[in-house]
Amino acid sequence: MKATVGTTTRKAAIGIHLILIFGALLMVGPFLWMLLTSFKTLGEATQVPPIIFPKVFQWKNYADATVTLPFFTFYWNTIITTVAKVLGQMILCSIAAYAFARIEFPGRNVLFVFCLSVLMVPSQVYLLPQFLLIRDLGWLNSLEALIVPGLFSAFGTFLLRQFFLSLPKELEESAKLDGCNHIQIYFHIMLPLIKPGLIALAIFTALWSWNDLMWPLIVNSSPEKMTLSAGLASLQGQNMTHYPILMAGALLAILPMIVLFMFLQKQFVEGISLTGSK
Amino acid sequence: MEHAAQYRKKQQRRSDWLWAYVMIAPTVLGLAYFYFWPIVQTIYFSFTKWGAFGKYKWAGLDNYEKLLDDPTVWKSLGNTFVYTFLSVPVSMAISIFVAVLLNQKINGVSVYRTLYFLPVVTMPTAIAMVWKWLYHSEYGLINNLLSSFSIEGPLWINDPDIALYSLVIVAIWSTVGYNMVIFLSGLQGIPRTYYEAAQIDGAGPYRQFFRITLPLLTPTIFFVMIISMINAFQVFDIILMMIGPQNSTIDDTQSLVYLFYHHAFVVDNKGYAAAIGVILLVIILAVTIVQMRLQKKWVHYE
Repeated sequence: MKATVGTTTRKAAIGIHLILIFGALLMVGPFLWMLLTSFKTLGEATQVPPIIFPKVFQWKNYADATVTLPFFTFYWNTIITTVAKVLGQMILCSIAAYAFARIEFPGRNVLFVFCLSVLMVPSQVYLLPQFLLIRDLGWLNSLEALIVPGLFSAFGTFLLRQFFLSLPKELEESAKLDGCNHIQIYFHIMLPLIKPGLIALAIFTALWSWNDLMWPLIVNSSPEKMTLSAGLASLQGQNMTHYPILMAGALLAILPMIVLFMFLQKQFVEGISLTGSK
Repeated sequence: MEHAAQYRKKQQRRSDWLWAYVMIAPTVLGLAYFYFWPIVQTIYFSFTKWGAFGKYKWAGLDNYEKLLDDPTVWKSLGNTFVYTFLSVPVSMAISIFVAVLLNQKINGVSVYRTLYFLPVVTMPTAIAMVWKWLYHSEYGLINNLLSSFSIEGPLWINDPDIALYSLVIVAIWSTVGYNMVIFLSGLQGIPRTYYEAAQIDGAGPYRQFFRITLPLLTPTIFFVMIISMINAFQVFDIILMMIGPQNSTIDDTQSLVYLFYHHAFVVDNKGYAAAIGVILLVIILAVTIVQMRLQKKWVHYE
């Protein structure tokens, strides 16, 4: 009796693996095809029926992609923007979230609902005047345009407030008796305790910043100030049909986030699960 | 003595308030300046008409009246709805299915999770490029695979009847991983004892799924549904990148947000664009409120 149960579960496990492997192939297939295409000559890429592997790996496509477009400038702009937004939001959102969660002050609810209202609104509702604002500040085609509005986040404030709310009240009471002020309580006592929240925020901000298209496309049209995402869009906008070079460029653009994900898998997954449960 | 204590307490409260205002000031002011004020402006702009050199004048309800008469707006609204109401439920169903499989006692869960999650960390611009290449009617991998089974593949993004569904496929592919991770953590929150009890009662896997898993997962399903629908309503990147202004199927695929972008930044019809933005806000709010109302009917909170 026991043996049959064992065999059916093993059979079930094999079935489950087969389904999951099939799904995984569908998920990874486009990436593999991107990689393989990026190493082919144009002739090999457009061969019918298609060949899977290139005869000779055309590393040249990557060099060509970086020549067709100032890729290193794009990298630099994207990295600076992402790092600045991540650090800025981690600091500003956590400070504001601390005050909203742990200090009682007049107008707290009104101001918090104000933040929430920004969170609820889709970006298209503020994008146009935001663009005019940036233009009037003289920030078009600058890194400021990419960074400064992104330093403030209703999402981040909301998320971290949830984390601060979950900490016990006794924490600051004893700290206050020891004569700590709010900045000290925030920095030395509370901040270390909401580390998972900060990591989740950092990951979300990094992903959104790295992958965002519409805003960089609108505010920065000169190649010196473009991000990777907008740069790729312009590459395709030039009606380029050299697919191997396009795929090489796309791979270069996504590689850093994929590497980051591989290293910080646990944090990515936990961060996303956390926002789901908060 | 008591007086002094009260005074000190009051001082303390005052200093607390001051700290609080200082701490929230950067974020609140930044949000007000860069987000809230633009929201107010958009609502105002939606009642204006824009001329040359960025001059605008009050136009009353003109933009909204034009919107209602504009077949492109209705078409793009329809496209947005088809896109959302197809991609969100299908993606959720697939991701629940995968999450349930991954929640079994099998090896290699983290490997699968990583692979399914890859599209989530990938730039939509790049996703659009590779799918455009896969969909290529002549050299694309998909049609070549189909032809090896003697099936003549469609034109995908160049066929007006199929283009929108081609985008839906990409949307499903890109979102399954994210949803699956949230569902998996939802599943892990369901106590094992429920299943053990069900097994003792002789309930099979299907019965267990529909009687235990699904009902207890409804809060997570609700959360994922709200987030996914808000995101899907705002689809833009893959339309710009895979279809773009030159492709004749743009009318059959463009979303409200794409139309907004077009009017705001391509043809400089800013008052009209603002009105589209406001309409989008109203629709998203309405759909979210309806979902909030309906949740009492089907979401089980413990």
